[in-house]
Amino acid sequence: MSARLGRRRFVRGGAALSAGLASGLWSARPSHAATAIGFDEARHLLSRASFGVTPAEIHALEALDYTQAVDRLLADPRREAVTPAPEWIGMGPAELKGRQRAAEAERKKGIDGKKLEVVLPVREQGRELKNWWVEEMIATDQPLVERMTLFWHGHFTSSLAKVRYPSSLFRQNALFRQEALGNYATLLRAVARDPAMLIYLDGRGSVARQPNENFARELLELFTLGEGNYGEADIKAAARAFTGWSVDRESGQFVDHPGRHDDGQKTFLGKSGRFGGEEILTILLAHPRTAEMIVEKLWREFVSLRPDPVEVRRLASGFRQDSYEIRPLMRELFLSAAFRDRANRGALIKSPIDLIVGSVHVLGLPVPEKTGLVRMLQGLGQVPFDPPNVKGWAGGESWISTYTLLLRQQFLRRMIEATTVAPMEGGMRMADRPNRRADRRQQLPAVDTRMAMEPPRPVEGRSLRNAGNEVRLGPSLAGIDSATLLRTLLPVEPVDSVATNGSAGAVVASALLDTSYQLK
Amino acid sequence: MTRTLLLIELKGGNDGLNTLVPYADAKYRELRGGIGVPRERVLQLDEKVGVHEKLLPLMEAWKAGDLAIVQGVGYPYPNRSHFRSIEIWDTASASSQTLSEGWVAQAFNGASLAKGVGVDCIVADTNALPATGPSLRTIVMQDAENFLRQANAVRPASVPGDGGNPALHHLLSVRREINAAAAGLRDRLHDVPAPAEAYGQEFPLGRQLDLATRILAAKVPVVAIKVALGGFDTHANQAPTHERLLAFLAANLATLRRNLIAADLWKDVVVVTYSEFGRRARQNASGGTDHGTSAPQFVMGGGVKGGLHGAYPSLSDLQDGDLRHTVDFRDVFATLARGCWGQSFDFGVRQPQRLGFLA
Repeated sequence: MSARLGRRRFVRGGAALSAGLASGLWSARPSHAATAIGFDEARHLLSRASFGVTPAEIHALEALDYTQAVDRLLADPRREAVTPAPEWIGMGPAELKGRQRAAEAERKKGIDGKKLEVVLPVREQGRELKNWWVEEMIATDQPLVERMTLFWHGHFTSSLAKVRYPSSLFRQNALFRQEALGNYATLLRAVARDPAMLIYLDGRGSVARQPNENFARELLELFTLGEGNYGEADIKAAARAFTGWSVDRESGQFVDHPGRHDDGQKTFLGKSGRFGGEEILTILLAHPRTAEMIVEKLWREFVSLRPDPVEVRRLASGFRQDSYEIRPLMRELFLSAAFRDRANRGALIKSPIDLIVGSVHVLGLPVPEKTGLVRMLQGLGQVPFDPPNVKGWAGGESWISTYTLLLRQQFLRRMIEATTVAPMEGGMRMADRPNRRADRRQQLPAVDTRMAMEPPRPVEGRSLRNAGNEVRLGPSLAGIDSATLLRTLLPVEPVDSVATNGSAGAVVASALLDTSYQLK
Repeated sequence: MTRTLLLIELKGGNDGLNTLVPYADAKYRELRGGIGVPRERVLQLDEKVGVHEKLLPLMEAWKAGDLAIVQGVGYPYPNRSHFRSIEIWDTASASSQTLSEGWVAQAFNGASLAKGVGVDCIVADTNALPATGPSLRTIVMQDAENFLRQANAVRPASVPGDGGNPALHHLLSVRREINAAAAGLRDRLHDVPAPAEAYGQEFPLGRQLDLATRILAAKVPVVAIKVALGGFDTHANQAPTHERLLAFLAANLATLRRNLIAADLWKDVVVVTYSEFGRRARQNASGGTDHGTSAPQFVMGGGVKGGLHGAYPSLSDLQDGDLRHTVDFRDVFATLARGCWGQSFDFGVRQPQRLGFLA
């Protein structure tokens, strides 16, 4: 089975898949029921619900009516990743710390202050963890689940840079995936006990005689109510309530130390009692602002840059009454008039992950080693597991600066070149060029023989500059007419003229480099 | 009176105690038994403090009175995480506050910059946060040639045509900024001669200072240029690394000064160093130092009032083993904003302190 085409569940479900690709059916569109959503709206829905859209995926939805299509996307969400977990996820923090110390000591054995090149386990596990998730985003058959997992990661931020214990972030990521389309209340309660979060926002060291306010502050400001809906006294009360929740140093698991908990009387948002963490969360979940804040964020992620306050209140009130079930909320959001409004097609800016993962998917580029992709994401400002600060990624217009726009164009040119220059079977070998850490790893005995057997690095772009003008079409795009390719790749009319009379490969290349490709 | 600010970020946390050494303080010998700078390797500035001998190339500026050293710079409730503390500096925030806009950009909020050339700030390293914000058009470039080549591939955006789509509107306006910056820089940089004296090659800072010198010589009217020197996170076997960095920094700043004096630009430029934090007063068991708090900042330029400013933190009144800051970095920023650009902005400091290093 072709992994590329079979990856998306809604494609697998479509019986018309092979027929649609093999023949010229694209130009002679099959007749649909009168209520069928058609090509452009199917494209719009998919562009928001996945990372990159191929013609086959659009084709699999376009004959359905709109509600059916939405329900297809939301049916039976996956709760676990398809990509096998890294082997070290069971390692406790004490063991990791020991190995890190040993590696650091080994490094210092160099002479004249020069350090030996020794792989540091914290850094190496972090690298593998980022690669693992990028792999999952590409490999999953349910990209909407990964989108939601990423959304919760940006909402409940924790970063490797501070946590320095990759296993805990892997487990946090598993939690986000499990509840990706599950229940927000469940998620919030689990996050408050999540070891990576307890490390990231200093909850683990928060004790009765010296409560740390970091988690309490962000809980109110970022995870639930938003600024202006509470006072400093509420933060102090909440901080006291969470004292005692910590992380076991050996196992890295959550641990409750009742002896370190402040069980005195507290007043929080006008209510008084001898509150613990659970009661604080219950009060926050009863507050209408919590649901509104989530809906506003989801709106910016899925609908448009400017939330409609009336619609936000309507959706939020349903969300709260429905006990914070996420899937029905997403259904309402996708079915909303605003989402379907033509003015909102192409009204969002692709995030770096949209751009990089989406382009790899659409082009069907095999990328056996993901480090190069993560490096691109780093340049563009969105490294998974390393959000810039506790607020997560600001997103929207902030994705695009003069620097990142030029870099985006440069990376797209490199991908276009990779389709032509690199043999498709060899994959895109950008990974091992500038990355010293990855190189170092390759100096170790080859564990993965496939890596060693790959052909030598393809000639770099400079000497084959013209190679960047045309995409060699992989199975995801081959045999499809230029007009359909353009309507697949671009959400709105191209900004610059795209010559449709050229080869299909040239049309795809110019579409990828058109400014409107930055939109979704 | 508009001067270009040249920001030099010392990445990793520079050890202030071994940069500006309180050589006369017995407490210093006790805290720094192994890695302390011996008295004979200190270039004495007064009867209490002196700079590490590796900073000898800076003494030319010191004697000429255009090198100021601001002592004990830090902030209340110091954060000892690299990424968080540099964010606090870059956004001039309080320790508990998360801001997204850089301090240089904040200083220009509500001010109207002359839009003659298509760029307001140039960042030659990778961290553009100090100059990030809606008030400034900031370009990040590793070198001018590469930027101009990349920008050449971006066709000038045609007539608006965003169809009322705010996302597309933003993209097209950034595209126009790239075109404008490239147009503004291309001709100006084309004819600029190489700096009279070449910069060092050992660290990227040399290449970045070369770019900065060309931009200044081309009279591109930018408000700030940012460069960086990394490697200051000296937890173990600190001395050889730290000395190599100090020597490179001093030699290249001295080169910069001579180049700018030769081009008659020195009075139009203010150079300032900063780092996310200083280091722990007591050295650790590995011959290094851990993350600390306050440290000195160097300020240089033709318009700078040289000498020592602020007070050296006491070594016998430490807080959790760290130096208590005597100058808030936001007061340094406020002084720079006023002295370089005539912008009055106090960055939210409750009791602003006037510092005299820049008129």
